[in-house]
Amino acid sequence: MKITVTVNGTDYSQVVEPRLLLIHFLRDELRLTGSHWGCDTSNCGACVVWLDETPVKSCTVLAVMADGRQITTVEGLARGGALDPVQEAFATCHGLQCGFCTPGMIMTARWLLDHNPDPSPAEVREAISGQVCRCTGYENIVKSVLWAAKHDGDDGDDADE
Amino acid sequence: MQVPAQVEYEKATSVEQALSLLARYAPGARILAGGHSLIPMMKLRLAQPDVLVDINAIPGLRYIETAGAELRIGALARHADLLGASLAGEHFTILHDAERVIADPVVRNWGTIGGSLCQADPSEDLSAAFAALKGSMIVHGPDGSREVSARAFHTGPYQTVVGPAEMLTEIRLPIRPGGGSAYMKVARRIGDWPIGAAGAAVWLAGNGDRIDDVGIGLTAVGATHFVAAEAEDFLRGQPADEQTLARAGAIAAEHCRPASDLRGPADYKRHLVQELTTRVLRVAVQRARGLAS
Repeated sequence: MKITVTVNGTDYSQVVEPRLLLIHFLRDELRLTGSHWGCDTSNCGACVVWLDETPVKSCTVLAVMADGRQITTVEGLARGGALDPVQEAFATCHGLQCGFCTPGMIMTARWLLDHNPDPSPAEVREAISGQVCRCTGYENIVKSVLWAAKHDGDDGDDADE
Repeated sequence: MQVPAQVEYEKATSVEQALSLLARYAPGARILAGGHSLIPMMKLRLAQPDVLVDINAIPGLRYIETAGAELRIGALARHADLLGASLAGEHFTILHDAERVIADPVVRNWGTIGGSLCQADPSEDLSAAFAALKGSMIVHGPDGSREVSARAFHTGPYQTVVGPAEMLTEIRLPIRPGGGSAYMKVARRIGDWPIGAAGAAVWLAGNGDRIDDVGIGLTAVGATHFVAAEAEDFLRGQPADEQTLARAGAIAAEHCRPASDLRGPADYKRHLVQELTTRVLRVAVQRARGLAS
């Protein structure tokens, strides 16, 4: 079946099998390998992308369900070569170790801050409760999101404090 | 790698079109809503439909609103919609209690209320909540629509009254004054299915010290239609005091039929039912009296 999906602002028209999962469409067909394919059972959240601006686990969505919709992946967050404050935060606060869970964590964190610009640590933990970091680096992931909340809206020049 | 078997795909843009597609391909067609139960089942080949009828593009099926003395929930409402709807929490705190412990925030963004009900997993939380609230489901088919009690909707594990050429379109919950409700679940970890869970809705009379009516739903413990009917019968007309509520918990535990499995032995689950039923009744009574939020 032919689908047209807008990914990070670019339209892609492609013929896909109806059974193709969105995560494989993004990684294998479009070669956007930022989103990670993890547990395959909607438990780990490494594959979180935005479907029409809502975070979803793309291992549990068919590519055909995204026909005519907008997808945003971690590749779509940086603006004009400048990292999103959440990406900056994960680098600054050592919010990743092996990095496998990071793209999903970042997509959920960005969405959280867009809807709740000043979350409490408990609200951050709740937001990422469907995502697993097997390095168990949650402490620094939460720190990163809180750091990003503080630096959202900065122009980037003072992001090294 | 988990991959569904080959399947055809149709996108419906109206209820009528969905019904005609279902009729054309029945019994090999399955409705695809959020897909968060169906797609995992397809990956495991526990479900192998020939055709998926995607209903996500049907307008007007995603809502939470009041109409007369009812709260109405469109089948395509997402779990996150229900959790975010103050209208739902205002009338039925049990719905927000339950939604907070269903899966995780990202899954709740896309999984639908109607899909959860039609999946009819014996461990699904809203089935017990809707049973406690004595709600009903609207089912559309080729010959029009019918209203089915939430307590007659499930016919067994993973089975409902919805026929192969029918679809669930709406859930209705009667709003009655003097009520309070609550839901509690024990799970192994956040986001998991329950080991056991209970929900209660009570309506008080006589200055709030007597139980006028009550609904008790039980999840994952083998309660017929998710209901603790014997405990409800015992409570009607009784004083809303601690001793009576504890007795109702014991009756609920006695009559449910939990199975021993990886989540725990049957006697432990029975213990959970006794304790959780008593606790949700206690909170529901407090909420009906306006003493708890």
